[in-house]
Amino acid sequence: MIRVPFTSIGLLLFALLAPSPGQSEELKDLYFGEALYNAHQGQYFEALERLDSEVRQYSDVDEPELDTLHFHINDAEFALGDFELRYRMHHRAGRAITAVLEGAVDATVRNDAAYRLARIHFQKNQMDEALQALGRIEGEIPARIRDDIEFLRANIYLAEQRPADSIEVLKRLQNSDNYRGFAAYNLGIAYLRAGEQQAAREQLERAGQLKTDDPAELAIRDKSNLVLGTLLYEAGNFSDARPYLNRVRLDGPFSNQALLSAGWAAASVDNYERAVVPWSILAERNTTDYAAQEAMLALPYAYGKLNVHGRAAVHYGQALDAFGAEVEKLNASVDGIRDGRFLEALVREEIRKDKDWVIRLRSLPESPETYYLMELLASHDFQTGLQNYLDLADLRGKLVAWQTGFDSFEDMVDVRQTHYEPLLPDVDSKFRELDSRMRLRIEQHKTLVKRRDDLLTMPRPEFLATPEEQALSLRLEQIETQLKSAHSPFDASLQERMRRLRGLLIWTLETEFHARLTEFDKHLRALDVAMAELDGRYKAYVRSRQAATHSYAGYRKPVNRLRVRVAGAIEDIDRLMARQGRLLETVAIDELVARRGRLQEYRDKARFALADSYDRATQAQARVEGP
Amino acid sequence: MSILTRAPLLFLLACLPLTPGHAQDLSGDDMRSLDGQVQEIKSDVLSIASELNNLEERLLYPSNTQVAVFIELPQDESMRLDAVKLEIDGAMATHHIYSFKELEALQKGGVQRIYTGNVPTGDHQLTVTMLGKLKNGDDLIKSGNFSFTKDVGPKALGITLSGSGPGDAGIKVGDW
Repeated sequence: MIRVPFTSIGLLLFALLAPSPGQSEELKDLYFGEALYNAHQGQYFEALERLDSEVRQYSDVDEPELDTLHFHINDAEFALGDFELRYRMHHRAGRAITAVLEGAVDATVRNDAAYRLARIHFQKNQMDEALQALGRIEGEIPARIRDDIEFLRANIYLAEQRPADSIEVLKRLQNSDNYRGFAAYNLGIAYLRAGEQQAAREQLERAGQLKTDDPAELAIRDKSNLVLGTLLYEAGNFSDARPYLNRVRLDGPFSNQALLSAGWAAASVDNYERAVVPWSILAERNTTDYAAQEAMLALPYAYGKLNVHGRAAVHYGQALDAFGAEVEKLNASVDGIRDGRFLEALVREEIRKDKDWVIRLRSLPESPETYYLMELLASHDFQTGLQNYLDLADLRGKLVAWQTGFDSFEDMVDVRQTHYEPLLPDVDSKFRELDSRMRLRIEQHKTLVKRRDDLLTMPRPEFLATPEEQALSLRLEQIETQLKSAHSPFDASLQERMRRLRGLLIWTLETEFHARLTEFDKHLRALDVAMAELDGRYKAYVRSRQAATHSYAGYRKPVNRLRVRVAGAIEDIDRLMARQGRLLETVAIDELVARRGRLQEYRDKARFALADSYDRATQAQARVEGP
Repeated sequence: MSILTRAPLLFLLACLPLTPGHAQDLSGDDMRSLDGQVQEIKSDVLSIASELNNLEERLLYPSNTQVAVFIELPQDESMRLDAVKLEIDGAMATHHIYSFKELEALQKGGVQRIYTGNVPTGDHQLTVTMLGKLKNGDDLIKSGNFSFTKDVGPKALGITLSGSGPGDAGIKVGDW
C-alpha cells in the first residue's frame, strides 16, 4: 500500500512558510523591522526576543493607536506565530495564532490565521483539529493562500484515510501554479487509496510527464514514474513497468531505486541481458545505498543466469569485500556513537554552516558513517529530536556567554559606585542649599505672575507704586492719623492739603498705571525666560543626579536573579540534552545495527553464491576442456 | 534462489514514500515528551534574554544618553551594499561589512540596528559612508554629514541607503 507522501508534504510546508510579513508595505515600526532582519537570516531566537517584547509593550500602552507598531500589529502577531513555528515552538505558535483568530479582525485576517492554525495542527499530526481550524474559514480568503488552503485540506483528507474527499479537492488544484506537480502526484496517490487502480495509473502517468525544470517538480515527476512502474510490476506487467522506470532521471534522488526496479522488471521476464545494464550502473554507485548493495548481489546473480559464472564469481567476490568493509565501517560507527562522538560532531559549529552538514559529518575524523542514517535523519521524529538537540546546544552556548557577562556587569556597577558615592554627599548638600533658594525665587515668580494676571482683570494702580510713592503714601497715612488725633485749629487747612497731596499721588498712579503695567509685564516676561532656563537646568541637574544613582543602584538584585535563572536553565538544558542525546544515539545505533544485520546477511549470501559460482565455473571449464 | 525470491519485497520497500520509520516506532513518545520540554525551556530562555537585554540597556545605554542607529534599504533597491561606516562627532562609531545573508535580509525589508552608543544631550554630527556596487558593476562610494539633536529620551536614527542620486543624495537620515 502506498502511504501519504511525507516528502512532498514537507516540501510544501517549507514553501508555505517562506513569505515574509511586512515586506510589501512601508515599514513604520523600527523594532518590527529589526525582528524581520533577524528572521530573514534564520535567527529566529533573536527575532522572537525582539518582536515578543515589542508586541507585549504595544499591548501595555494606554493609547496603542499612537504606537508605530499599530500600523503592523496584525502582521506582527502573525510573524510572532510564524517565528515560533520556525523555531519549533508549536505550543506558543498555536496560542499566538489562536489569539489572532479570536480577536476582532476582518475576514481575510481571520481566515489567514485559521489556515496557519490548521497547518500547525497538521504538522503536529492532529488532523481533527486541523480540519476544525479549516472549518472556521468563511467569507473572503486572501488570494495568495487559496491554493495553500485547498492543498492542505487534501493532505489532511489523505492522512485521515478519506481519499474520495481528497480526490475532489485535488482535482480542482490540477491547474494551480504553485501545486501543479504535488497535486498531480497526490491525486494519483489518492486514487490508489480509493482503490481506483486504473484512474491512479492514468493520473500518475500524467504526473510522470510533467514539463518542468523546477528541481522539486522534477523529483515529483521521477517519483510518479517510479510508483507507476512499481504498480505495474506488482500487477505482473513487467514489460509495461520498464518504460516508466526508465523515465526516472539517472541523476535524480529516485535513480537508484528505479535502476534496481528496472533490473528486476527485466529479470522477471528472464531477460537477464537487459537486467545487467541497470544493475551494472547501480553496483558501481555508493556502497552505502540500499539499492546499490542489493544490485551488488543481483548483478552476479544475473551473470549466473546467463551462465557467465566466472564473471559472476568476480562480482560476488567484490560484493563480499565491499560488504565486509561496510560491516567494519558500521562496527566503528556504532562504537563511535557509543563513545559520544556522534553528538560531539553534531554540535560542531563549522560543519553546520554547510547545508549538507549531516552528510559532511562523515568527513570528520572518528565520526559515524552518516550515509547509513540518511533515511533515519529524514524521519520526522528523528529530525525533531535532532533539531531540538541542536537548539538546546545553541541555547546552552548563549546562556554560558551571558553567564560570563554577569561579572562584568557587577564590576561596572562597582566602579560607578566607587566613583559616585564619595562625590554625591557634597554635591547633594550644595544642591539642597541652592534648591531652597531656587524654590523661594520660583514662589516669588509665581506671585508676580499672579499679580500681573489679577491686575489685568482688576486694575489696582497702588500695586504698581514705586518705593518712593509707597513711602510717600505711608507718610501721608501717618500724617492723616496724627491730624485726626491732634485737634489743631489748622485741621481743616491741613486736611485739605493732605487731600491734595493724596490726590496728586492717586493721579500719578492712575495716569501712569497702563504704562507701568506694560513695563511690569515686559520685565516679567524677561523673568519668565530666565525662570524657564533655570527650570531647564534644574531638571537637567535632577536627571543627571538620578542617572548617577541609577548607574549603579538597583542592579544587584536583578543581576543575581538572572544569574540564578541562567544557572537553572543551564542545568535544565544539560539534563534535557543528555536525555535527548541518549535517545538520538539509541535510535541511530538501532538503525546502524539493523543495516549491519542486513549487510551480514548479504555477506553470507555472497559467500555462499561465490562458492557456488566457482563450482559452476570450474564445471563449465571442465566441460569445455572435455575428458 | 533465495536472493531472487526476497528481492521484490526489498524492491517494494524501497519504493514506498518516505515515512517516519524507526524513530517513531522505537521512541516516538519519548521524542514528543522531550519536544514539549524543549519548547518550555526555549520559552524560559527567551524570557531570560528579554530581561537581560532590558538590564543591559539600562546599564550600558541609559535613555538620557542612548543613541541607536538603524539601516534600511528602500524597496526594490538593486545596488549591492558592501560596507557602511559611521562617525559621530568625528570619532568612529562603527564599521560594518555585509554578508550575503545580511544584505538579503535588508533587501527583504529588514532593518539593521548597526550601532547603539551614548552621546550627551545637545547637537551632534553624524557622518555616514557607504560602499557598494551598482547594478551595472560600477563601484559606489557615498558619504554624507548630518546633524542631529540628542534630547532627554533615547534617540533612534534611521538611515536609508540607496544607490541612486548624485553625491550624498542616496543617504537619508531621519528620526524614528
